[in-house]
Amino acid sequence: MALAARVLSPFRQTTGFARWILLAGIVLVTGFVILAVFAPWIAPFDFAQTRYADGTRFPKGAPPGGDFLMGTTSFGSYDVFSRVVWGSRTALQVVIISVVLSLLIGAPLGVISGFLGGALDRVLVLVMDALYAFPSLLLAIVFAFLLSDLFGGGVAAAGVALTVIYIPQYFRVVRNTTVSAREATYVEAARAMGAPKRTIITRYLFGNVVQSVPVIGTLNAADAIGTLAALGFLGIGIQPGEAAEWGYDLQRALADAGAGIWWTGVFPGLAIVLLVTGLTLVGEGLNETVNPTLRRRKLRPFTLPPRGAVAFEAGKGQVDL
Amino acid sequence: MAASGGSLARYTALRLLLIIPMVFILSTIVFLLLRVAPGDPVSATVGGRLSEAALDERRAALGLDRPLIVQYLEYLGDVATLNFGQTITDNRPIIDIVQEHGGATLTLAVAAFVVALVLGIPLGLIAGRHRDTPGDLGIRVFGIITYAAPVFYWGLLFQLFFAGYLGWFPVGGSASPVTIFEVPDVTHILLLDAIIAGNTEAITDVLMHLVLPALTLGLLLSGIFIRLVRVNVLQSLKGDYIEAARARGIRETQVMRSHAFRNALVPVITVIGLQIALLLSGAILTEATFNWPGIGNELVQYINNRDYAAVQGIITMFAVVVVVVSILIDIINAVIDPRVRY
Repeated sequence: MALAARVLSPFRQTTGFARWILLAGIVLVTGFVILAVFAPWIAPFDFAQTRYADGTRFPKGAPPGGDFLMGTTSFGSYDVFSRVVWGSRTALQVVIISVVLSLLIGAPLGVISGFLGGALDRVLVLVMDALYAFPSLLLAIVFAFLLSDLFGGGVAAAGVALTVIYIPQYFRVVRNTTVSAREATYVEAARAMGAPKRTIITRYLFGNVVQSVPVIGTLNAADAIGTLAALGFLGIGIQPGEAAEWGYDLQRALADAGAGIWWTGVFPGLAIVLLVTGLTLVGEGLNETVNPTLRRRKLRPFTLPPRGAVAFEAGKGQVDL
Repeated sequence: MAASGGSLARYTALRLLLIIPMVFILSTIVFLLLRVAPGDPVSATVGGRLSEAALDERRAALGLDRPLIVQYLEYLGDVATLNFGQTITDNRPIIDIVQEHGGATLTLAVAAFVVALVLGIPLGLIAGRHRDTPGDLGIRVFGIITYAAPVFYWGLLFQLFFAGYLGWFPVGGSASPVTIFEVPDVTHILLLDAIIAGNTEAITDVLMHLVLPALTLGLLLSGIFIRLVRVNVLQSLKGDYIEAARARGIRETQVMRSHAFRNALVPVITVIGLQIALLLSGAILTEATFNWPGIGNELVQYINNRDYAAVQGIITMFAVVVVVVSILIDIINAVIDPRVRY
């Protein structure tokens, strides 16, 4: 209970616009999480299924309606709705892999580099800056190209390929926070009391630095969805036999554009837009809540104590900062 | 500042020097990734189609039979002299690909920038001027959507609606075959060639093909301009000089036009350069969507053919371009705004 209250506390502290942004984002993302988790029950067919159970083939390029809520594709007659649902599972798996991995690699590197300083710090900063300056799609292309040859084009390979893009972001933020926190009085005090470096890093620095992570994490997740789709669209992401992927479906839908077959592309694309928008809204909403420079908090109604009252009721009328 | 002339020169020199380690690191990363992986480019690319002896011959011709460290040093030397090697599948020097297809990419990028500026700046100004109104909210949502929808999805929707349904514009390509056949190739930039040839029909044809790709890539960039201009307007509206202008009784439209907007637009010039990475990624995807004959489209084709040497060369070339352009922009930035130099 106490934990739930703590997790929800930033949400309760939001006001007006920020709360609506956060709420809309959470609703959208939760919707996709439900689709992903319950995909086998929600999707009427498998993502690679082209025939009914009795062996008759699905109609090719059928418009939405009947058995096929969003129609069927004109390449291989897949059910578009099933592929959209299964695609949300693929997208979330890849995003979780890439965000968690890049956090696990980038953040500790940032703390160590920022705390120790010296030559190691300078080299790491230069390498990370170079990676950061590189167009992220190109970086992902190189990694996906390489990994698909080594491990095949599955979910894990795509997740790892995206990881590399986001490591520099965590590194930069965490390192810069560490560098400024290193000079803070409480760290100096800890050092004066003889705390070993390891304790300072884990107890004093990491806790402080970790606050900025949820915001970057959600915004990176939004970006990762787009990049995964871009890889799929270019034909170097997840291979069609491995899993359903929205970007790949969009690429196949290009051929339909001239023929007036709109359902094969519109629906997978809409899924990307909604999920990315949801994650972006969550990120922006969190940012406005967690970031003290943007935060606008509600002032509680202030009632003056009645005339002649002796004691001022504690807590009432105080602005909670 | 007394020493400002000297410090600008020093800043410029330092920035220019930074090009060397940046290019060095990026090309090392590309080389490590693509070449240290098990297997060699030749068998990955054309393996199975040629005999073992023929493969060996290919490897020897490309110098791939030598120790990796020798290849690495040679690669670095090549990059330093702007030689990006040649492809395996069709033995084309990368520099030829750049010459032949760079014009199309450049045309697309410039047209997209025009679209982004024409859309982004007015919308940003309106949103900032009328903060927290429904108009502002609408424009901000538009900004989020242009960011959330992948470029290729915009491209597909435009194809469906403007090309498929309305039939106003062609679905893809940079010109009809007739135009490509008729216009003599002078500059490798089709639009310029058509203008040089004075062929009105060809010019119209090229422009019609350009509309949808430019709109697609331009939308992606316009979201960034909207955001930036809006924030700048909000900030400059807080300035004392705005209040001073109002206190002097200058009309509100006048205050907006010559005090708020003008100051809000200065940073846009510098941000344009920062978008080069985004522009490049967006251009690759737009080219793939519209079958636009640019460098990005070539890259995708070589990726699908698993041509390691071509991928390595094109990506290294992109890396060099990105590094050089972003450092040049830093320098321009310092010339415009003295606060940047330190």
